Amino acid sequence: MNHSSSTTGKLRDIMKEVERISPDVTLKLNDSIVSTIYGDAERITRKVVSQKSKPRVDWDKKLDDVLTSRTLGIPMMLLLLALVFWITVTGANYPSTVLATVLFWGQDRLTDLCAWLGAPAWVKGFFVEGIYRCVAWVVSVMLPPMAIFFPCFTLLEDLGYLPRVAFNLDYLFKKAGAHGKQSLTMTMGFGCNAAGVIACRIIESPRERLIAMLTNNFVPCNGRFPTLIALAGILVMGTAYSLGAAVIVMGIVLFGIAVTLAVSRALSATLLKGVPSSFTLELPPYRKPRVGRVIIRSIYDRTLFVLGRAVCVAAPAGAVTWLLANIYVGDLSVLSHCANWLNPFGTLLGMDGFILMAFILGLPANEIVLPILIMSYLATGSMVEMDSIEALRRLFVVEHGWTWLTVLCTMLFSLLHYPCGTTLWTIRRESGSVKWTALAALIPLGVACAVCFVIALAARQAGWV
Amino acid sequence: MDLINRLFRRMDANEESARKSNNQKTSYIIALAGNPNTGKSTIFNALTGLRQHTGNWPGKTVLRAEGSCSYRGMTFNLVDLPGTYSLLSNSAEEQVARDYLCFSKPDATVVVLDATCLERNLNLALQVLEITSKAVICVNLVDEAKRKGIEINTASLSEELGVPVVPTAAREGHGLGKLLSAITGVATGSVVNAPYTVKYEKKIEDAVVKVEPHIRKLVGEEFNSRWLALRFLEHDQTVISAVQKWTEERVPLKIKAGGVALA
Amino acid sequence: MESNKEIYQSRETVYLYNLPVGKSAVVTSLNAGGITRRRMMDLGLVPGTEVEALRYSPFKDPRAFKIRGTVIALRKEEGCQVLVEYKGE
Repeated sequence: MNHSSSTTGKLRDIMKEVERISPDVTLKLNDSIVSTIYGDAERITRKVVSQKSKPRVDWDKKLDDVLTSRTLGIPMMLLLLALVFWITVTGANYPSTVLATVLFWGQDRLTDLCAWLGAPAWVKGFFVEGIYRCVAWVVSVMLPPMAIFFPCFTLLEDLGYLPRVAFNLDYLFKKAGAHGKQSLTMTMGFGCNAAGVIACRIIESPRERLIAMLTNNFVPCNGRFPTLIALAGILVMGTAYSLGAAVIVMGIVLFGIAVTLAVSRALSATLLKGVPSSFTLELPPYRKPRVGRVIIRSIYDRTLFVLGRAVCVAAPAGAVTWLLANIYVGDLSVLSHCANWLNPFGTLLGMDGFILMAFILGLPANEIVLPILIMSYLATGSMVEMDSIEALRRLFVVEHGWTWLTVLCTMLFSLLHYPCGTTLWTIRRESGSVKWTALAALIPLGVACAVCFVIALAARQAGWV
Repeated sequence: MDLINRLFRRMDANEESARKSNNQKTSYIIALAGNPNTGKSTIFNALTGLRQHTGNWPGKTVLRAEGSCSYRGMTFNLVDLPGTYSLLSNSAEEQVARDYLCFSKPDATVVVLDATCLERNLNLALQVLEITSKAVICVNLVDEAKRKGIEINTASLSEELGVPVVPTAAREGHGLGKLLSAITGVATGSVVNAPYTVKYEKKIEDAVVKVEPHIRKLVGEEFNSRWLALRFLEHDQTVISAVQKWTEERVPLKIKAGGVALA
Repeated sequence: MESNKEIYQSRETVYLYNLPVGKSAVVTSLNAGGITRRRMMDLGLVPGTEVEALRYSPFKDPRAFKIRGTVIALRKEEGCQVLVEYKGE
């Protein structure tokens, strides 16, 4: 004790000495120290660095002249976004069909196996039509778009484009009372919202970090892109399919960014009051992406990682959905009971009870919403084979009476509704607060309901559907 | 003349004595510091064999990442610190990096510099050298610099800074072997650095002379007393309270073990 | 080499934020205090530093500057705390 108090005394003495030497000159001292260090750095640089030749073309400048140009910057951003979606939609279509064919061939063989083993019908139903089918759907719907979208996104990231997006959009984020780095965390959210929420650590001010975490959900993550792409595919059929779907998905994404800004704005005017803190952003030199390595790495690290997670969630979700669809209370299944109960609410939001049920069951991971929906429809309908967008269209539009309003509202609800379980858990861990985690789920849910309600109401009032 | 006066010494001690003095220790902690976007994480990945993707945007390493690699029978535990321009302005990243360098005292610190803008990067390197002498300078992206017609005389830079300087092109995997052997030298103590000291204006140096002995009395050789004296003179509250905590508890200073404290 | 006379005749002092694109200037002073001042100095904005205005973003704010070999974007709030001196037309 004595020892410790004497050292504390020593520290106090030091502080007194410091006060005596430098009363109120800290600012000047700071300046002088920083300038001296920079001065020395300058001197050493002059000694050891020689500029032998100027490169003939300044590629950084040339690229920035286009990508962050006052006139072309934003259009180029939209064009790149549309291009990525277009490549994804076009490229994913064929492998998706092949995968579905292969996997559903597998389902038939499993059915044969069950018959050969003489397994009871419920075993076949539970394992083959429940678990296997849900997993097969997740794989065939998700893998191809992810395997294309992730590498495209990673190429842009490797090139150094993300900070340029932040540069282009910073003004809007400033106006929304948000931190400039939020545009970076937002773009990370395109990959995975949980990753986007973790990326919010780069924002120092707690207020702005919370805004970024609470709104990250409004950009669609990879779990939702395949859903959006598939649904967009239902809206446009025929020759302009890829282009039309890409444009629709892009519109949805832009709407998500608009909602991000609006909710950030609302939050910084109410719950999280304050002014944006100071912000500087480095625009690093562009680097030539190592294409081969990017493709391998992004498929290995991201695609397979996200897919593995999705499959892990899809298996139990498939089991639960099958059980709900096959346990009967009275003359209706539990699933149908729930769906019927939710139906009025769903209709109010431009959707139906089954769709809402799928969103509720899909809380653990967004990627399983569509498979669950298909399963619940299949359990109550007559169709068995689901191997293409065309089949999806038949199921939704012909058999369950979807209109363009249903598709649009489902897309918007998918875009806006609460973040997936993993993301919520991440928000809980990062914010350390149950209250903010709850708000991170409730704010998006409120926004999603409000938007869908207004659109459905308007469309019906106007007599468009 | 300046060089001679600064007593620049680097002893490439013979292997025997190096082995003798270090035969107990085979595991070393190596910190990686550097500006944002200098390829620090690329080097970290290349050395540790971790293959996480490194994006081209500033701020991707917020918490320090850790991994290890073995080299000639030794284990290097690498700590990838967040990229910063400086160690002096108390942003979350800078505090993580600074506290780690000052108070956790790694066996060697690799300062990764971007060869294409050396001046800005040297600003950080000089600040690191103020804290620790056990440093290796890694001039990364030399391939990129060459493309831009920039040439760096690393031998002369090494003489100026008084620590080993290794040119690398980490994305291509060039220079990493030399980097590892330089790290070995500094970490095992077979290479003794005489790092460059920034000389401030007379008023500041006079004040340091007055304050530093008191601080040395308090912390002994545990921490760099000149650096602490400068921070005390700047009234840097984070450093002062860290030292205060240390004096009260007499425990090795480890600040916020998890890295950034999130509100 | 320019003669001193020429330099003194046409020097203009403006906020860094208002430096015309393509122009180079020398930092003369910082109006910020505290942490913001420190941050900006750490970016290399110390008096005597040469900076160049590179471009405006699509909404004119923020703007990009070349500061000691690195391209840094500054918002209006920060860019208006730095005074620079440049050779006018």
